Amino acid sequence: MMALWGAIIGAGLFHGFNPGMGWPLAVSAALMDKSPRALWPALGALAVGHFLAMAMVLLPFSLVSSLIKWDVEIRISAGVLVALMGVYLLFNRKHPRFLARVKPTRLALWSFLAALAHGAGLMLVPIFLAMHDVGDSIVGNVVAAGFVAGAHTAAMAGACITVSYVIYRWLGLKFLTRTWFNLDVAWALSLIIVGIVGIVSAAS
Amino acid sequence: MQLRPDSSFYPTARMAMEAPVEKYGFTVMLSGDASQPDGIAVVDLDSTSKTFGQIVHQVMATTPGDEFHHFGWNACSASLSPLSGHAFLERRYLIVPGIRSSRIYIIDVKEPLKAKIHKVIEPEEVFEKTGYSRPHTIHCGPEGIYVSTLGGGGKDGTDGPPGIFIMDCETFEILGRYEMDRGKQDKHYDFWWNLPQDYMVSSEWGLPPQYENGIVPSDLLSNKYGHSIHFWDLRARKNVQTLDFGEQYQMALEIRPAHDPAKSYGFCGVVVDTTNLQGAIFTWWRDDDGKWQAKKTITIDPVPAEADQLPELLKGFGAVPPLVTDIDLSLDDRFLYVACWGLGEMHQYDVSDPMSPVLVGKVELGGIVKDTKHPNGRDFAYGPQMVEISRDGKRVYWTNSLYSSWDDQFYPDDEGGQMVMAHVGEEGGLTLDKDFYVDFPQGLRAHQIRLEGGDCSTDSFCYPNN
Repeated sequence: MMALWGAIIGAGLFHGFNPGMGWPLAVSAALMDKSPRALWPALGALAVGHFLAMAMVLLPFSLVSSLIKWDVEIRISAGVLVALMGVYLLFNRKHPRFLARVKPTRLALWSFLAALAHGAGLMLVPIFLAMHDVGDSIVGNVVAAGFVAGAHTAAMAGACITVSYVIYRWLGLKFLTRTWFNLDVAWALSLIIVGIVGIVSAAS
Repeated sequence: MQLRPDSSFYPTARMAMEAPVEKYGFTVMLSGDASQPDGIAVVDLDSTSKTFGQIVHQVMATTPGDEFHHFGWNACSASLSPLSGHAFLERRYLIVPGIRSSRIYIIDVKEPLKAKIHKVIEPEEVFEKTGYSRPHTIHCGPEGIYVSTLGGGGKDGTDGPPGIFIMDCETFEILGRYEMDRGKQDKHYDFWWNLPQDYMVSSEWGLPPQYENGIVPSDLLSNKYGHSIHFWDLRARKNVQTLDFGEQYQMALEIRPAHDPAKSYGFCGVVVDTTNLQGAIFTWWRDDDGKWQAKKTITIDPVPAEADQLPELLKGFGAVPPLVTDIDLSLDDRFLYVACWGLGEMHQYDVSDPMSPVLVGKVELGGIVKDTKHPNGRDFAYGPQMVEISRDGKRVYWTNSLYSSWDDQFYPDDEGGQMVMAHVGEEGGLTLDKDFYVDFPQGLRAHQIRLEGGDCSTDSFCYPNN
């Protein structure tokens, strides 16, 4: 169980540190306003969007996951779905253009759509399904999904806050280009791996 | 696949200024009479090189008659916004449109000395997918590559208004029109934007029949060229305000926003005021209520001349108009360079206070009446025209041709292409480099310049200077 929570927190940190998930926008907001106070609303908006994207993906799985009879099938289908998303992202590296049409002032919406489009929520599904005990109530599963999304987002926001504050206050934006790595392939592969692990653990 | 952002992408304008010095320039070579294909000259700008100031490679078009004019990069510092999702593009391709043919060349300059054509988009594809013609300014932005056009549909480009279209920044496929609501905009020329503040500004020259076969004097005297600039909600693709400078301010051309995106102002050059032949620069800014305003902050007077010193077109006026045909702003938003193509002068203004520019430097070269020679003793055909500033602001490059048919009207006796360079003093001041004088191959004129790794009229920065 600890390992599964660790995976959820780890994924959160991974998302938060990745510039592609938005922390540079918080730094930009603070620089535009010439005040570190402008970091917080921007980071808040990014976190809210991320949380909603996680919750939206986990919710349907939490509703069906109490169907004891279909537990194995559900977990296998979820694993297949996640792995397929990974395969899709591996071969289609183009970024969805609709994301570029979101206004810079709509950070929560942008964060929500970016997390959704990259399958960030899907990455949590097999972990979430592996956590619950067969026979938990629907309400219990929905609450658990909320906790998973919340813990993940807290880790993501913590990473975002740390890196944007340190860059804003001390390091400066030259670290943006030095620390931004192209994780597209790693990201797609991690979806595939998580999906396969989900399938294997359900079948065994 | 790029694993890191391109090293020529900079979060802020100030960081771009600290970048390594440019080693190569890319300059348009234009066949004035369309007797040979146009091309891009690769010029050695490395002062330690044996071939410094020479054309070291040429990429020629496939067909004559394109009329190369302006061009731009497939990717720039704009890619560093997470919002665009394009952080790992490479600054590698020049997008070079033919302003007359509507053909677009994608040139791969990854290795400048082996630069080559990567793809050609035929005019029919542009017409079919956009209903526009005569592509002009190129900027890379949130949704891909944005291209402004001067003509609408039909043979003479007057079937519908011109506008901007978007190309995919990886495949170079034309995606379609930009505008969802163009408001009063019915002419086009240049455009640029402020990405974090999410606005775009566009300007107006004239419709194709007003320029393709030369300037139309009756249209100019009846103030029928463009005199408005348009402000757009960039991502909503909507014209939110049209600002008319006044009808005598004919041909509002280059749009130069402050490079630091925390600022909400910029400049626009006007070729000629028809009431007094002055050239003018307007400063535009957003006021406290969010409305856009503009004010004339620079005027340049015409110089009286005898009729026999003037081309046919100007004989009746008894003066040379300055003809402000290009302006460019240094990356620190401090110096604005103004090309006076008619007078034969390059002006340098300190615009630290954008509302009250101060003339701090001036170089005389070429010109309709003065025809000043280069310090090396050689001729400079036409006058100073397209101007480009090095990222660090220490060197200013310019060329001499405006537009084929207009060159012939204003300078009927001149021919040739030259590119020169001037050094900038610490507190301003401009001095021509005696040893930098690129003479273009026979029959080819010179137009826009792009510097390897970006310059002062390509990159859009996503983060304020810190």
